[in-house]
Amino acid sequence: MSTTSASTALRHGTLGTSASRPDGVAKVQGGFAFSSDMWADNMLWGATLRSPHPYARIVAIDVSGAYAIDGVVTVVTAVDVPGKLTYGLIVQDQPVFAAIGDTVRYSGEPIAAVAADHPETCQRALAAIKVTYEVLTPVTDPEDCIAGVAEQIHPDGNIFRHQRIVSGDTSVVGAVQVEGEYEIGMQDQAFLGLESALAIPDSNGAGLEMYVATQWLHEDRKQIADCLNIPEENIRLVLGGVGGAFGAREDISLQVHTALLAMKAGRPVRISYGREESFYGHVHRHPAKIWMKHHADLNGKIVKIESRMVFDGGAYCSTSPAVLINGITHTQGPYKCDNAIVDGWAVRTNNPPCGAMRGFGVVQACFAHESQMEKLAAVVGVSPVEIRLLNAMETGDRMITGQIMDSVAPVAQCIRETDAIPMPAPLENNADLRTIPGGTGLTAQPSNIRRGVGWGVSIKNLMYSEGFDDFSTARCRISNGVVTIKFATSEVGQGFTMLAQQIARTVLGVDEVILDTIDTQVGSAGSTSASRQTWMSGGAVQVACQAALAQLFDHVATKFEMTRSELEIDGTDIVDRLTQRRVTVSEAISEIEIDCTEEYHHPPTEDLDENGQGNCHVAYAFVAHRAVVDVDPELGLIKVVQIATAQDVGRVLNPLAAMGQIEGGIAQGLGLAVMEEIIVKDGKVRNPSFTDYLLPTFLDSPTVEMVFIEEHEPKSPLGAKGIGEPPCISVTPAIANAIRQAVGRELPRVPIRPYDICL
Amino acid sequence: MSINIPVSGQSNEIYSLSVNGQVHQVKDAWIGESLLYVLRERLGLPGSKGACEQGECGSCTVIVDSKAVCSCLVMAADAVNTEILTVEGLGPNGALTDVQSAFLSEGGVQCGFCTPGFIVAVHHLLESNPSPTDDEIREALSGNICRCTGYGRILEAVRTVADQRRTNS
Repeated sequence: MSTTSASTALRHGTLGTSASRPDGVAKVQGGFAFSSDMWADNMLWGATLRSPHPYARIVAIDVSGAYAIDGVVTVVTAVDVPGKLTYGLIVQDQPVFAAIGDTVRYSGEPIAAVAADHPETCQRALAAIKVTYEVLTPVTDPEDCIAGVAEQIHPDGNIFRHQRIVSGDTSVVGAVQVEGEYEIGMQDQAFLGLESALAIPDSNGAGLEMYVATQWLHEDRKQIADCLNIPEENIRLVLGGVGGAFGAREDISLQVHTALLAMKAGRPVRISYGREESFYGHVHRHPAKIWMKHHADLNGKIVKIESRMVFDGGAYCSTSPAVLINGITHTQGPYKCDNAIVDGWAVRTNNPPCGAMRGFGVVQACFAHESQMEKLAAVVGVSPVEIRLLNAMETGDRMITGQIMDSVAPVAQCIRETDAIPMPAPLENNADLRTIPGGTGLTAQPSNIRRGVGWGVSIKNLMYSEGFDDFSTARCRISNGVVTIKFATSEVGQGFTMLAQQIARTVLGVDEVILDTIDTQVGSAGSTSASRQTWMSGGAVQVACQAALAQLFDHVATKFEMTRSELEIDGTDIVDRLTQRRVTVSEAISEIEIDCTEEYHHPPTEDLDENGQGNCHVAYAFVAHRAVVDVDPELGLIKVVQIATAQDVGRVLNPLAAMGQIEGGIAQGLGLAVMEEIIVKDGKVRNPSFTDYLLPTFLDSPTVEMVFIEEHEPKSPLGAKGIGEPPCISVTPAIANAIRQAVGRELPRVPIRPYDICL
Repeated sequence: MSINIPVSGQSNEIYSLSVNGQVHQVKDAWIGESLLYVLRERLGLPGSKGACEQGECGSCTVIVDSKAVCSCLVMAADAVNTEILTVEGLGPNGALTDVQSAFLSEGGVQCGFCTPGFIVAVHHLLESNPSPTDDEIREALSGNICRCTGYGRILEAVRTVADQRRTNS
């Protein structure tokens, strides 16, 4: 014990510092175990047979050919599913396997799975399974579903959800009106770490242990247990290392199939998808068509918005109803608007199933409203910055859902700070070829290149919506002088494990924090999605550590005769503010056992009513993007030169991690703007590979200049807002607006293809 | 046709691969296996990652006789009589290389799936070009896809190593 005072500077590894990733060393050395690196003695390989047809009735399935191949151990089809025959996040409408007599509803739908001694044996076994199809004409146009003229392709019908928003005085007519019909292509999450799971059956056959790359362990476990017809507690789900997620791991893909094979074979089974199968195995970003009409006064002040949004959800529900709600409730963007009428549809077709992807419905809405803002600025005769500042939303505004904006809402500040970021140097005639459109292909002369500048500003809800209590759980144990934190929060690359250690170090005044295995041996953390884990699981870790700290203070006050009500953490000491006496935390925790499990819940939200009114969202974050893009108008090739951005982050908890989220999100938004699209024709994916589905490379990615807007969010347990989704939302229209400015075309669709620009 | 070639436990072909300075015998392997598969599934070296299986993403980058290659595109049996270097063989005795350290200090790692391939590719780049410009870095690493970082922190990591090596030399 002493009475010296500790340094007031931020201690390394605590909140606000660029703490090290606990998984970092293993990741750079190649030793980190991703789910596809998992291995068990006596392990079999699994593989999935998928329909080549988007819509067909299954007449017969003959698996005898597979069993005839040496090395094949087990084949499972729909008849081998002991429990619920379907799964799904919101509605369980997707068959584990399509059954004889039923239909397949998308190209790539699972029909059977095999387990064998080698991946190649699996492929031969799949080829030996005979499926007889009666091929049917697929439903591929969402408008046919809305009009009711399409064949009903599922017992639940072809409409996932229809929701209107009617706000204020819908008879208002603006002196100025702009409108457009916009289209957003189907984007893939394209995480690098392919789907993989290892299932190890218990020796007594009653349950299993499973290592899987997922966003939400407890939800997976629930769905697996239902399909296997075994109690949830008989399944221990462990997070296998996750190589990125971006929404694509929120739904079940191979989990049930792997578990079924392992239980039937009585041996460990691993399924690891290849890239082509990954395109069939997970949901994608909804392609959408959005009509939008803005009414404004002569100064450009928005007085009413009309919109109709159609999201193609593909064959199965996934999260389509929630994606739709996110889209329509963000129609106004980060702008004041009293009056609106919005008609939103999410429909079922025989196209690939769509669900969660970073931005979750708001990406689509934002592309439309930010395209509109550029048109409005042009008609009114003000700059893109002026039109946005004029309409910028503020805390206290009423939104078109009737909900009052009660988050910190620094929209104008985001715009001004972005505007203040210096522009890049002009393109020089002797510019390095690698920096111009077409690159070293030498297709463009710098003198022919036109440079455009475009803006995008967005609002994004944080956490789940419409009454869903997406709580999170954390456990803090102090034993033998060691602090251990446990949670079921999926670490998908974003760095939550690092943040959890930062929180524990800060709250408890320790340097060493052990992280327990991420599995289902603790309460649910909810999904790593919706920009929610820093807030929700960060909140849970904080309250668990605070509960442990309270017990520690009780112990310290007694043992060291300190004033209980005056104790606080100062660096790595516990200090009595009254007497200035100190004890180190390491000494204080050396002889006490503490074990606290706590949940964190956000305030409740409400369903929308039939007019789309209700307090449906928890909180919001904002961001502005300015894109500078060089365009070769002859070949339609582009080069994004610079993205400037100011993001409302609440509070920066880890500067390096925050930068990484922002730069990474911008690259994904760039992908949607100019290159990424799953091309679907007649219900079939035409480019399921990294050769044909183009991702931004190092050369495609721009310089990013960023500013963090730090106004602590009072509602957030750490003062921070989720930062994962906002970076990828308004950068897409910002780039599109820059290209539009450069070439003078409307370009109502993303991704913008070369022939959209030059033909 | 490959369909007639036995898959597992039925091949008498035995071949040797020299990986990270160590000679490994590969037995009972299907002759159609890629170098990536053999490294990962037979030699206990899972650091090289497979993410596209067609040479587009660079996650499986290894060095074969001083050249950076996609190990998913190399037949393992065709890599006999070469010297293969994987991410596991870069740092001596478990120590971090300067490139690995810089990826950590500059924030170049998120999910980490592309990281081993990037680390190998950056070592290869800096050996052939110790003082690359930003554009040279971008071009040299354009065969390695990262979906998490947007490449900004990776660029910073490469700059950092190049600066350190210049200062130290």
